[in-house]
Amino acid sequence: MSQTLPAHRSGTEIESVGTTRQYVTMTIADQLFGIPVLTVQDVLGPQKITRVPLSPPEVAGSLNLRGRVVTAVNMRRRLSLPPQTTDSDSMSIVVELGGELYSLIIDEVGEVLSLNDSIFERNPGTLDQRWREVAAGVYRLDKELMVVLDVTRVLDISNIAA
Amino acid sequence: MDDLLSEFLTETSESLAVLDVELVKLEQDPNDQGILSNIFRLVHTIKGTCGFLGLPRLEAVAHAGENVLGKFRDGELEVTPQAVTLILQCLDRIKDILSVLEATEAEPEGDDAELIAQLNMMADGQMPEAGSTAPAGPSADEASDPAPEADDGPVMNDFGFPVAAELLEEVEAAEAAGVKAASAEQIAAEMAAELAAETAAPEPPKTEPRPAPAAVPARVATPPAVSKPSQPVTADEGVPKESSVAAQSIRVNVDLLENLMTLVSELVLTRNQLLQMVRNRDDSEFTVPLQRLSHITTDLQEGVMKTRMQPIGNAWAKLPRIVRDLAVEMNKKIDLQMIGAETELDRQVLELIKDPLTHMVRNSADHGLEDTPGRIDAGKPEVGRILLKAFHEGGYIIIEIADDGRGINIDRVRAKAVSNGLATESEIDSLSDQQIQQFIFKAGFSTAEKVTSVSGRGVGMDVVRTNIEKIGGTIELRSTEGSGSTFIIKIPLTLAIVSALIVESGGERFAIPQLSVLELVRASNDSSHRIERIHNSPVLRLRDRLLPLVTLSKILGLEDAGPDDPGVDGASGDDRFIVVSQVGATTFGIIVDRVFDTEEIVVKPVAPILRHITLFSGNTILGDGSVIMILDPNGIASELGEASSDRADDDVKQKTIEVADQKTSLLVFRADNKKLKAVPLALVARLEEIDLSTVEYGDDRPVVQYRGQLMPLVNFDGSGDLAAEGKVPVLVFTDRNKSMGLVVEEIVDIVEDHLKIELEGDDTALLGSAIISGKSTDVIDASFYLTKAFGDWFAHRDDAEQQAVNGRVLLVDDSPFFRNLLSPLLSVSGFRAVVAESAEAAISILENDAEFDAVVSDIEMPGMNGFEFAETMKSDQRWSRLPIIALSSRTSEADFERGRRVGFSDYVAKDDRESLIDVLRATISSAGVAR
Repeated sequence: MSQTLPAHRSGTEIESVGTTRQYVTMTIADQLFGIPVLTVQDVLGPQKITRVPLSPPEVAGSLNLRGRVVTAVNMRRRLSLPPQTTDSDSMSIVVELGGELYSLIIDEVGEVLSLNDSIFERNPGTLDQRWREVAAGVYRLDKELMVVLDVTRVLDISNIAA
Repeated sequence: MDDLLSEFLTETSESLAVLDVELVKLEQDPNDQGILSNIFRLVHTIKGTCGFLGLPRLEAVAHAGENVLGKFRDGELEVTPQAVTLILQCLDRIKDILSVLEATEAEPEGDDAELIAQLNMMADGQMPEAGSTAPAGPSADEASDPAPEADDGPVMNDFGFPVAAELLEEVEAAEAAGVKAASAEQIAAEMAAELAAETAAPEPPKTEPRPAPAAVPARVATPPAVSKPSQPVTADEGVPKESSVAAQSIRVNVDLLENLMTLVSELVLTRNQLLQMVRNRDDSEFTVPLQRLSHITTDLQEGVMKTRMQPIGNAWAKLPRIVRDLAVEMNKKIDLQMIGAETELDRQVLELIKDPLTHMVRNSADHGLEDTPGRIDAGKPEVGRILLKAFHEGGYIIIEIADDGRGINIDRVRAKAVSNGLATESEIDSLSDQQIQQFIFKAGFSTAEKVTSVSGRGVGMDVVRTNIEKIGGTIELRSTEGSGSTFIIKIPLTLAIVSALIVESGGERFAIPQLSVLELVRASNDSSHRIERIHNSPVLRLRDRLLPLVTLSKILGLEDAGPDDPGVDGASGDDRFIVVSQVGATTFGIIVDRVFDTEEIVVKPVAPILRHITLFSGNTILGDGSVIMILDPNGIASELGEASSDRADDDVKQKTIEVADQKTSLLVFRADNKKLKAVPLALVARLEEIDLSTVEYGDDRPVVQYRGQLMPLVNFDGSGDLAAEGKVPVLVFTDRNKSMGLVVEEIVDIVEDHLKIELEGDDTALLGSAIISGKSTDVIDASFYLTKAFGDWFAHRDDAEQQAVNGRVLLVDDSPFFRNLLSPLLSVSGFRAVVAESAEAAISILENDAEFDAVVSDIEMPGMNGFEFAETMKSDQRWSRLPIIALSSRTSEADFERGRRVGFSDYVAKDDRESLIDVLRATISSAGVAR
């Protein structure tokens, strides 16, 4: 039995070279970003957010997601981008880190993409320092580039505050 | 039943059940190392626990079994069905013994020699005859009894029962010998024996040995095995009953309970929400079902809470042993009484108070109680008593630790506080005994004369207090010298649900734990409760006391959101609410915009990325579903301390302002008809005694030759009128080679105190009065005397110094104290100083007259602060080249850095006036060169 399993698995992946990963895509200031689909807990529309005084500027506040307190992080702030100008309602993606829920406030949530490792590249060296901190790499899509966000580093806000 | 024992029974029953299954598996697959090591581990654990609990018979059996299993594991023995049978027999024996143990709390007597021999033979590689093991029966052969307790126990009669009469004798003998140290155990053991007797009631002989435990003080972990007759194990033989203790309880993962707790909390919140909705309608069809839902929810909540509750006795379990050991080591006789061990509190809280409690009981035993001769001398009973008491009181659990020892020696505490620099002698004198006792809670305090192995290891009462305050509790001390001390600890039952007051400030809602709220005061301009301001510090008159206030929106940085600071000129806006809170001994008021309801809230920890904000202890979700932050009164109180240092506001006790949070050294002296006066010591160069007969008069001004110069003398009233002779003490103020002497009547003391000055502007020679060491003292305005002496002095000397003007300086400081202090200093140093009381005022001065060589600015100011001021200046072409020097009590590296960034050319600590002058000179001269 233990020998048949790998054969079976390779059979299903005959067409692909390398591994395929799935990402939830999103846009922040017209840039496409991706987060591994399994880290995403929820996608939310606009929420009532309670401000947290004295918090780092990246922290937008806290919100209640089905009885759990979720800390909202303003991704535009996190990426040193100007605040959203249009009135369109922002959305957020809820991720879990160390048992805590965080909601990443972004402009818009896109579709889920299955991407092959063959089009993945490491961060270009010229990337802005703040972006390099949070980006795990880049996928070369046909029309645009998708930056993969490293959630752990995105939420390491104490680090940038120092 | 003893908790340890019942835990052991539960655990072992589980292990045995697993073992049965595993052994059968092993028989089928004798080479599976995983199963084998699991079995070995389980048996090993049983053996180890038995040894720990003092169950020799079980231990011996388990040990023999373990030996065989060890050989299996190491591959030295082959796993045969025979061998497995033997191991299973061994397990059965263990079960038999356990079932008796459960019923009687004692190991039955019996002979396992045969089984053990077989197991040992097996371990040695010899195959014993399978199935020949005889079940252990009651053994009349006392000599082979494996229970060692029997040896020193009471005499057994032919039937193996202790003889009651002899036991009685022994009890009496023990009592006569003063066996008291174990009285708590005695009680426990007695109770245990009673329980056992009840369990075994149908068998009359078992009730007989009841007094035995009293005679032989039982170790906590060792049930009085001696009192138990050998059990007819045969009755149950072969059909071991499932342990009833094990059947009564199940083990549940703590996480699961926490989860349940969270869910119930949510349910409570939803219920509250519904109730609130229905409350607004008079006749709703929902009212009745909702009521029911409400009740059920409450019951459910209580039920789930109970799962987290544990008797406080769990935290006390180790204490009798600790006290006993201590008593032996220190040669004291100590009777530890524990009352209310069954009082339940939250597991989490229990864990947190365990160590503080242990520490305090140790302290009582070590420091509190005298040794035996000491007690006899003091006319007290030989046996010292420590009483530990726990009970519930209104949502809190109160724990009292009382001893009848020597109590707190006030004089020693006093001396120690002074020698450790916690207070000055004059401060101490003004404190009540009660206040002095509180010093033992301060860091770095131990009154033990010598460091014993027990206490005085650096972990003091301050740690205890910190730990207790961490869980929202309080600790109090009542002590009477010579007759003992009592510590009273008050802690919340649970940390999970607290009652909190919901308030609004700066447009946001916050929760304040009810425990720290003393009262609510509504303040408005036309009511008797009016927020008044001293300088920038809001205060409230509350029942003849002044209450320092903090504005919540201000400390939370929400200032712009609310109408907060009405300015220096007067009282603040109307209709504000003040939450009067207490943290430790500090009472303060929190100004909020609105006060809502009290709600039961579920405390949830804040996300790690927000955990550095000390003002919040957690967050919660309200009935309406919104998230709100829970304020931590401890954090606010510490902010209060900080505020007083940084902003010279807030921490106000009398009608005072705080100048700096660091204590200022003050020279206290008498002048003007023996009145107490004070002056900051930093301003005084020397204290001299001057013989009035040496005083000369130049131009009708008294001068004295002093260090090769003529020094003007000024009498305290500002005049030059001095007595003709006698010696007078003189305070010498020196600056830039010029000295002046202030003649006073008597020099009293040098004290370190917070300089809190009540401003009274009518006397120019005084800054105002302050409470120093509890006495009202006038703080003199040194500048008045400085200008008096030097002004006149210079006038008579052709203004030589003043011509050599070093530069023109604009001094910006919101504190009149510093303005008054620094401007004369600057002028005697050859600078012409112009003062401004705010950054805004400074800018308007600059608008009209930019002819300055430097600006010296405070950082913490109302309105525009120093940083903003510097930025404003640097961004304005007209003044961008003007050097600006920061003057602040904030002197951290980060502040320096920030100061440099916004354009300050230098940064000087407020109390360091010499560097200020140096820096000013350097700055102005370098700027001059640049120009």
